[in-house]
Amino acid sequence: MSDKIVTARVGIPNSYTIASYLEHGGYQSLRKALLEMTPEEVQAEVTASGMLGRGGAGFETGRKWSMLKQDPIRYLVVNGDESEPSTFKDHLLVENDPHQLVEGTLITAYAIGATRAFIYLRGEFALGLERVQTAINEAYAHGAIGRNIFGSGFSIDLVLQPGAGAYICGEETALIESLEGKRGYPRIKPPYFPAVIGLYGAPTIVNNVETMSNVPWIVANGGKAFAALGKGRSTGTRLFALSGDVLRPGSYELEMTSKTFRELIYDPDLGGGLKEGRTVKAVIPGGVSAPWIGPDNLDLPLGQDEVAQAGSMLGSGSIIVLDDHSCAVRAAWRITKFFNRESCGQCTPCREGSGWIEKIMHRIEMGSGTESDLDLVLDACDNIAPGLTWPPQQTTICVLGPSIPSSVVSAIKMFRDEFMIHIKEEGCPFVH
Amino acid sequence: MSFFTPENLEKAQVLVGLYPDKRSALIPLCHLAQSQHGHLSKEAMEEIAELLGIQPAEVMGTASFYDMLHTEEVGKYLVGVCTNVACLLGGGQELLDHASDVLGVPPGGTTEDGMFTLEEVECVAHCDKAPCAQVNYRYFGPLANDDFDNLVDDLKSGRLSDSVPHHGVLSRVFRDAPPMVSLEIIHEERRVMDEAKKARLAAQSQEAGGKQ
Repeated sequence: MSDKIVTARVGIPNSYTIASYLEHGGYQSLRKALLEMTPEEVQAEVTASGMLGRGGAGFETGRKWSMLKQDPIRYLVVNGDESEPSTFKDHLLVENDPHQLVEGTLITAYAIGATRAFIYLRGEFALGLERVQTAINEAYAHGAIGRNIFGSGFSIDLVLQPGAGAYICGEETALIESLEGKRGYPRIKPPYFPAVIGLYGAPTIVNNVETMSNVPWIVANGGKAFAALGKGRSTGTRLFALSGDVLRPGSYELEMTSKTFRELIYDPDLGGGLKEGRTVKAVIPGGVSAPWIGPDNLDLPLGQDEVAQAGSMLGSGSIIVLDDHSCAVRAAWRITKFFNRESCGQCTPCREGSGWIEKIMHRIEMGSGTESDLDLVLDACDNIAPGLTWPPQQTTICVLGPSIPSSVVSAIKMFRDEFMIHIKEEGCPFVH
Repeated sequence: MSFFTPENLEKAQVLVGLYPDKRSALIPLCHLAQSQHGHLSKEAMEEIAELLGIQPAEVMGTASFYDMLHTEEVGKYLVGVCTNVACLLGGGQELLDHASDVLGVPPGGTTEDGMFTLEEVECVAHCDKAPCAQVNYRYFGPLANDDFDNLVDDLKSGRLSDSVPHHGVLSRVFRDAPPMVSLEIIHEERRVMDEAKKARLAAQSQEAGGKQ
């Protein structure tokens, strides 16, 4: 058996077509779930798998499903709005194996008793939209979606929804607003979970593309087999999207906790190491909302709790490497610029704070900063996430705002000298 | 006179029918309008409002939130150069500067001939090909300066016209599925499933009782 789950078919010619999918066991899990298992049994397997959601928050999938309010109308929404900077795993899955996503979505819809399912896919994925829509059309024609699927007495429709360019729509309540045809404004909590009040006010489960793509394998092989991979709460495999200053950037599916950051970065079959003579300066794990980790943490295994214990998060599974020729100030400034641009504007700390921090960081990078700017920028950060703790304190409707300080605080904490050089020498000392 | 062509109006009606609340079709309809006209015109928004039974201002209110929906004209090719952190480390800022020099417009600008609009974009999830760019949301990367020059030449000469349609055309595949399964049918099926479950549980407890 391949040691890959969600990328097992990536690389097979025409892996995105139904012919190829069926040839490689496709839709057998859906058949098994609908014809041989009750929805409760499917849920039990997913709960037994221990699979944590692959979107970023890392919530147990089975537990999320069990929280769904049992109203007569309820929805399943797949979150394919992959926009966390340097996260490019769902992009790979939707283009290369859209049927696996469709099958996982249908099995989940059955397990939770959804009355309609939606896949919300990032608008910028033009090819992904074509591949998933083609897969949906093919699956209808194959009898895997629609009326009385495989003669099971279970019917469901699956609708593909394109986004239109907004990072915040990856936040599940913003995604729901967007799917309702509105601006992507996150909703006020509580209710904390759309499982109580979601799409059109009905109970809704929102799951990530990679989470859904694991479901067919779990049904085929059992939750126990999935839980046997990895360690502790980190079960199964994960797609790690490695980018930045490495020779072989890419999305690598690895058994959780089986490799360390160092192995992922330096293994010749994975990251392939750094440019000649360079060393790792910092790693940004889990998306740009996460605190950075230093070279002293490279031997941490790639697991949920392991990275959390080091004061950061595995988040979306993205891993950005900065080598010693890259500027920490510039990277932190660019990340803040991103948040400033993508703040939805509802909450003052996020809307205003991101702009102030971005301006101060920019002037430091450009050589017109002063030493007092460091205190000023930290003070602004503290107003968004009081105490600058991790996980951050919440001052806003969603977590975008309190995510802004992470990179700036990390950069100042780890590379204060570098900030001082920018200030004293009135410019960036790095070549770029 | 109607904005949508008869063919697109048919597609629009399919979209409106996909949701329990038709306002959900708003963004898909905006994409459809852009595919027809290159951008989202006032006439298009008025017709979308009519199809959804809402005010044109509500369409504008939603559309103005999203980067991909352009209420002003843009070039035939929207060139988005990513400068977010992975691309930044790979030279994305320098690529954007070069693109700006080559096209002769700053980010946000459109060339005089209406061929190109240049944008600085946030991460488009193509970070293993940094620095990368999208043209009308089709991927290119990694791009050295001369790769970018060749890309511009290919776009100008029409060599990429099959793989890169004009701005606004997103998915060229449309839904061809049968009509939606009604909620009545689904509820009836679920009632049958529930009864079967109850019968199963009753049988199980009877069996367990018999063993005692």
